[in-house]
Amino acid sequence: MAESRIDESAAEQGSEAAPDNAGNEPGVPASASSSTSPSNLRASLGVIWAIARKDLLLEVRNRDVIVSIAGFVLLVFAIFTFAIDINDRDSARFVGPGVLWAGIAFAGVIGLNRAFALEMERDTLEGLMLTPVSRDLIFLGKALGNLLFLAISVAIALPVFAVLFNLVVFRFEMLAIAALTVIGFSSVGTMFAAMSVRVRAREIMLPLLFLPVIAPLLLAAIEATADLVAGDSWSEMSQWLQLAAAFDVVFVIISAVIFQFILED
Amino acid sequence: MIEVKKLVKSYGPTGVLRGLNLSARAGECVVLLGPNGAAKTTLLRILATLTKPDSGSVSIHGVDPAKQGELVRQSVGVVMHSPMLYGDLTVAENLGFFARMFGLMTPESRIAELLERVEMDHRRDVRVRLLSHGQQKRVSLARALLHSPRTLLLDEPESGLDQRARSVLEAIIGEFRSPGRSVLMTTHHLDLGLQVADSVAVLERGRVTLHEPVSAVDVVRLQARFSEPVGAV
Repeated sequence: MAESRIDESAAEQGSEAAPDNAGNEPGVPASASSSTSPSNLRASLGVIWAIARKDLLLEVRNRDVIVSIAGFVLLVFAIFTFAIDINDRDSARFVGPGVLWAGIAFAGVIGLNRAFALEMERDTLEGLMLTPVSRDLIFLGKALGNLLFLAISVAIALPVFAVLFNLVVFRFEMLAIAALTVIGFSSVGTMFAAMSVRVRAREIMLPLLFLPVIAPLLLAAIEATADLVAGDSWSEMSQWLQLAAAFDVVFVIISAVIFQFILED
Repeated sequence: MIEVKKLVKSYGPTGVLRGLNLSARAGECVVLLGPNGAAKTTLLRILATLTKPDSGSVSIHGVDPAKQGELVRQSVGVVMHSPMLYGDLTVAENLGFFARMFGLMTPESRIAELLERVEMDHRRDVRVRLLSHGQQKRVSLARALLHSPRTLLLDEPESGLDQRARSVLEAIIGEFRSPGRSVLMTTHHLDLGLQVADSVAVLERGRVTLHEPVSAVDVVRLQARFSEPVGAV
């Protein structure tokens, strides 16, 4: 049996944030709170990234989420290419943007369900909640992880979509549309995935909660993409991008606030 | 120091904690005994800030978990039934991640020390999914000790442990107990409880029905109340 005492090196570890005014003993780690001082901000960003990085590492090892999302999206595209006459350029332009974003939204539901189910299977979300990290940072970390999964899936889906529907989507504006849409999807999706993961019928509950709420964002993404494939200028699609940006700002804040209450037992 | 007064918690119409009072002095190890469903785990979840009580007051080192949860979590180490570890991360990666969450900047030496202490240093690069339940429990104990907590909350920590690992657990609890530090542990093994405890509390139907120092405990009477006989550990 090892002879070392269990706490002897604790004081040597130090903590990211300096010993604080909250009465912590030297060597007792300070929490990454959501305070705005530079050191706390740096610590908070580090915690958010650590949570997202952990999710990415788990995904690299078991490939549950990205394979689910990308696989489902590609299937939706393939089915729609049979259902509509994509050789008719007008119908491809008319239907294509809707297929693209509706497919990504439906696939996102599957991925979000899986992402939280993995945390619940081994009670690791509770393990995370036992740390002094504030709940809003846990939300932001989980949302960042989901954002990266969705972004990778969109990056896989877009070239396939462009080929199957024979539409030009690789313009700079597409980056803005995709970024704004993925941010909104991941923030709202993370909140509702956390909410529905404890209920028995979570596979049904998540889309019922998620899809109506993201309808404005979905509309903005579809309309902006329709403008893009029609070759319209930036100014013509800007109203939809503004709507998407406003949605993101409002729902990132709302989701972060609500998430704290969702986690309470 | 832990102070619980008139704690009430219900799940729907079912009252699980019914005005529970309990205290653990600084430097004391209190072992909670009680039948299944006595709400031992609920009490620990409230102290660990995972569950909010309906009413009553809780104080851990003078801090209310319901009001200052983050501050309490800085000073509390928790081992629950589930190891709460990521199956597809290695032992070292799991501890590294949680060390990061506890704000430890250079946790490598601390992780190495704790893995050696729970005798899991030879498995540090193995994915947790591939470990036995008892080994996962040992890693979970190391995780609970990462940030040098002042209070340890242990929910049947002996479950799944073999004889050797139980000896390590007993030694760790013994080492942990020092002025200013408290341990609250639930167990169904009276023998283990009597070995590590300063005092024994019995929880039945949501209330503490007995709380007395180990030296005053009537072992035969307790044995009669709980199924696991002395000497079974």
